[in-house]
Amino acid sequence: MNVAFWQRIDQSARGVTPFLLSVGLVLLSVVPLPMPGFAPIVPAFALMSIYHWAIYRPNLMPLSAVFVLGLLYDLLTGAPVGLFTLVFLTVYGVALTQRRFIAGKSFFIYWFGFAIIALGAAIESWALASLWHLTLLDTQAVLFQYLVALGIFPLVAWIFLKWQQTLLIER
Amino acid sequence: MDPRPSTILRIAQPLRSLVQRFTYLGLVVAAFGLMLIGKIDTVIVDRVRAEVINGTAPILDALSRPIQTVHELIDTASSAIDMRAENERLREENVRLLQWQMVARKLQADNTALSKLLQVVPETPATYMSARVIASARGTYGNSMVLNAGSAHGVRKGQAVLGEAGFIGRIADVSSRASRVLLLTDVSSRIPVVLEASRARALLVGGNVNRPRLVFVTPGTRISPSERIVTSGDGNAFPAGLPVGVVASVTDNSIEVQLFADYDRLEYVRIGDFGLDGLVDRHAAGDAR
Repeated sequence: MNVAFWQRIDQSARGVTPFLLSVGLVLLSVVPLPMPGFAPIVPAFALMSIYHWAIYRPNLMPLSAVFVLGLLYDLLTGAPVGLFTLVFLTVYGVALTQRRFIAGKSFFIYWFGFAIIALGAAIESWALASLWHLTLLDTQAVLFQYLVALGIFPLVAWIFLKWQQTLLIER
Repeated sequence: MDPRPSTILRIAQPLRSLVQRFTYLGLVVAAFGLMLIGKIDTVIVDRVRAEVINGTAPILDALSRPIQTVHELIDTASSAIDMRAENERLREENVRLLQWQMVARKLQADNTALSKLLQVVPETPATYMSARVIASARGTYGNSMVLNAGSAHGVRKGQAVLGEAGFIGRIADVSSRASRVLLLTDVSSRIPVVLEASRARALLVGGNVNRPRLVFVTPGTRISPSERIVTSGDGNAFPAGLPVGVVASVTDNSIEVQLFADYDRLEYVRIGDFGLDGLVDRHAAGDAR
């Protein structure tokens, strides 16, 4: 039990926080909020988290974690199982390929990147769900959900950036 | 540094990215596979869903509490502000309700007398259980709520769930300490209903939007907006007469229904045990629960 051991424990404990934060965001999406009309447009908060960590610390958000988050989201929200698992994986994959264009640039570019990727995710999830149910689902709520996600993103991203700067300093 | 690790790294790096690429593809395929399984065999998916809900129920329960407390505080404050007006309104309503009570008493007496005369088979008396809504997901991808009561409290799959104002859905998954309600607005919800005035039968079909639609309405029925809709009891899954909603709009290709239940404000719901084991339970006979 030397110092190095505890340091390693400390490091790995810090390392799982991105995943735990994301689980928290998945749960936040299903907390009943008594706000009239808000429920159908509550965004998938976890999407922001996956985007953020894929851009800044993909090593702390491995593929398996993304899969688990998507599955948890599907199971809790009552969406077709696998739907958001697939959407989360797509977002992660796309964000990974674009990370050198986005990481470390201005906040605006970071936000803009999210806007594009989240739009793709919204279209993908709508298309998959429509295909799964074999009906054309309502597009209006999807659009508003997307806009709400865009609006909330800076707040969530700011928390993540602060978290990353204070707790996850790379050595 | 020792040169050896770097040589290993030089070989391992592309290998690692190759493995990662395959993992990625594998997981994407797995997600697709899950969607297919969910389409083919709902029993397995329902059971997994129930287990996950069971596992997360304590967290969801804890998370939903502070929000509810804040909401109650706001409610208390706002009701304190317009207490006078509220009092006035309640007085008027009470006068009206007392008249209704007399009417109801008389009707009940008539009903009892007539039932006796006709020797009607009595319906099983219903028992209700109250549960708190601990999670809710409504929108384009699904419409359901999680309640903090499960099989340990006597909840069974297929039971009807009622809000303050009316029928809200049925129990879709049950685990030991939590259960999931499939709301009437969900795209997979199908409820046999009857139009109260014309007695025409129809099926209430959700579409993942706020207002479900009526389909398969008895041909030749004239449907007028604001006609009340109640459950028909067909299929013996739900009792007849649970209030559902009113016809909101009638167009050439769809009849939309405004539900009585206000999903935005549901905090506590009642789970009704009507002693029925209709379609839903028989369908799930393979399910061990």
